Amino acid sequence: MKFGVIIFPGSNCDHDAYWTIQHVARQPVTFLWHESHDLENCDAIIVPGGFAYGDYLRTGAIAKFSPVMDSVRKFAAGGGLVLGICNGFQILCESGLLPGALMRNVGLKYVCKPVYVRVENANTPFTSTCREGEVLTIPIGHMEGNYFCDEATLAELRRDQRIVFRYATPDGDITPAANPNGSLDNIAGICSPGRNVLGMMPHPERSSEPELGCTEGFKIFESLVGAMAEK
Amino acid sequence: MLATPMKAYVYVSLKKSVLDPQGKTIHSALKKMGYRGLEEVRQGKYFELTLDGGLTRPEAEAEIGRIAREVLTNPVIEEFRFSLEE
Repeated sequence: MKFGVIIFPGSNCDHDAYWTIQHVARQPVTFLWHESHDLENCDAIIVPGGFAYGDYLRTGAIAKFSPVMDSVRKFAAGGGLVLGICNGFQILCESGLLPGALMRNVGLKYVCKPVYVRVENANTPFTSTCREGEVLTIPIGHMEGNYFCDEATLAELRRDQRIVFRYATPDGDITPAANPNGSLDNIAGICSPGRNVLGMMPHPERSSEPELGCTEGFKIFESLVGAMAEK
Repeated sequence: MLATPMKAYVYVSLKKSVLDPQGKTIHSALKKMGYRGLEEVRQGKYFELTLDGGLTRPEAEAEIGRIAREVLTNPVIEEFRFSLEE
């Protein structure tokens, strides 16, 4: 059972994710270089946050053509577990592994603060240690987190319960004021039809230890470890 | 005979159905500054591609179309148009 954390030029949450897996989850983990096709037999892949390829052209637009993403597409098609965090979520959308796109925040500002997200679906490999409706405090830090998709896609996401996290109030109400970036339907995270690919804007690796002021993000890693053990 | 070197001008903009907060902000700033006659502002991206002369015009049109569709735009939110000039 091994995790792989991808490094693109410009990734900057790769070490945070690695640290969380190694020292908090206490699982084997390795870095995967973007120019290699080799996923080194990893059982779960983390596409970390940052600014892959400087966010040139669009966030994730260049990263999607990297050799490692070819392998990640094949890995995901075979049911492999893939978690995209922040820039990783943007890359997964650009790569076609998740539908929709992440646009510039409605307020046109980089938003960096803890937010509340409500778990909409606890029946995924990433949220199995959460309760449905549970509110988690997890920080965000992004300029392009404004989720958008067309109406047909949104209807499909709702119908198939693929909206996993939504921005909420501390009490779990979904309100426009609780939405930090203008995301459609307050969407903070979605998964693939097979539930094995998750993209989320909040950073669970930044909220997995008491020293960081919050540990609720660790539930995502805990769930993932459980799912890997079952496989 | 080699074709004349051409330039491609590619314009990428957000689809009409997609909210453009930057365009809106520019629009309201322009109004505040007193500029008149504006109905709407949409912000986009512009690319100039210089071709090396190795493609005929129809080939260049097809290639630039592919580049615009597959790389320069995200079809979920953006659309494009381009022109080719000799």
